Amino acid sequence: MTRPLFAALAGAFAFTFAAAPAPAQPAPAAVIVKIGNFTFGPQAITVAAGTTVTWINQDDIPHTVVSDDRTSFRSKVLDTGDRFSFTFARPGSFGYFCSIHPHMVGKVVVKPR
Amino acid sequence: MDDTNRRGFLQCMAWAGTGLVWTMSGGVAASLPIGAAEAKGRGASPVRPFTFVQVSDSHIGFTKDPNPDARATFREAVARIRAMPVKPAFILHTGDVSQLSKPEEFDDADQILSEAGLPAFHVPGEHDMLDEGQGKFFLDRYGKGSRGDGWYAFDHDGVHFIALVNVKDLKAGGMGHIGPDQLAWLRKDLAGRPSSQPIVLFTHIPLWTVYAEWGWGTDDSAQALALLRRFGSVTVLNGHIHQVMQKVEGNVSFHTAASTAFPQPAPGTAQAPGPLKVPAGRLRSLLGIREISITGGGPPPSILESTLA
Repeated sequence: MTRPLFAALAGAFAFTFAAAPAPAQPAPAAVIVKIGNFTFGPQAITVAAGTTVTWINQDDIPHTVVSDDRTSFRSKVLDTGDRFSFTFARPGSFGYFCSIHPHMVGKVVVKPR
Repeated sequence: MDDTNRRGFLQCMAWAGTGLVWTMSGGVAASLPIGAAEAKGRGASPVRPFTFVQVSDSHIGFTKDPNPDARATFREAVARIRAMPVKPAFILHTGDVSQLSKPEEFDDADQILSEAGLPAFHVPGEHDMLDEGQGKFFLDRYGKGSRGDGWYAFDHDGVHFIALVNVKDLKAGGMGHIGPDQLAWLRKDLAGRPSSQPIVLFTHIPLWTVYAEWGWGTDDSAQALALLRRFGSVTVLNGHIHQVMQKVEGNVSFHTAASTAFPQPAPGTAQAPGPLKVPAGRLRSLLGIREISITGGGPPPSILESTLA
């Protein structure tokens, strides 16, 4: 993951990973995916196992976040400003979509810690 | 619009590669064979003239730009229906009754629609499937006598009406979806019907691909349309894209309806298909209802669009 992308992911969160001395098992950073203009942004992210990803709906239309297999994770309907968080415990590649507007797709790639 | 215009104007849209070609033609309608008066056999009584109304995408509960009160505009739409000089036989609501599938949104929608004093038939939109039960509230309310996820059919004065559900079990990266169970039911429902019987099919998402990039189409619609190909007159009514469009393909005419809540951009003219922000003074000119007139044994249905302006 490139630094600019990572910074974008961190969003408003204070992110001090680079400055602090790295502990043996750094707590994974919180990662934000913004939903806007009927897209997930960033559309694809790569995170370490254990990371909690939070989606925020910034559209004026409700959306959902549902894993392609429909079972790994599934949000309730997210109205404007609503959030959904999921912690990715195990490595893998997780495609997801908005079950209301299924042309909206995204991906979370989880690397081992 | 006077009566001459109403009967004579059929807005016909041809989808041509990269752009839209609009033509105004009364001849399109006249070119469709109907022979409905001769319809005999299962479920096909002679076609008698009547009118009905389509409303769509009332989104009760929507309160954002450009419409702070979707209840008020839905009520205005119902007032238009009440004021019609010829009383319609019934109302079809082609989905997105509610914004978030909340019981109070459905309650308000029902209360407002009941002011028309007419029977109403519903198909769900994706906004009506957002409760924990993924459509249970909608089905409990409107699904009596329906099959599966809420599909059904009925006859009225010789015309066969089919309510298709294409908002359930949508797949990642896909568009609207009918599904094999519903297609099997449709095949059975149509079997044995005379090809001369007029068909009106109503659903939420367009059955023709208006714009795949925004999911404005139905993945397996070709299978449904193949079953309808032998019929002389097929009218497909839908909502979802909050703008009036027509397309004619053989004996099938497709009509997408205006919303009573907010307009959406024309395909590809905006970054996303969200609500089109328009000045308050312009909003009602982009909302509307549709009146469909069946003429017994004569030309196929005539369609009258009217705005709330």
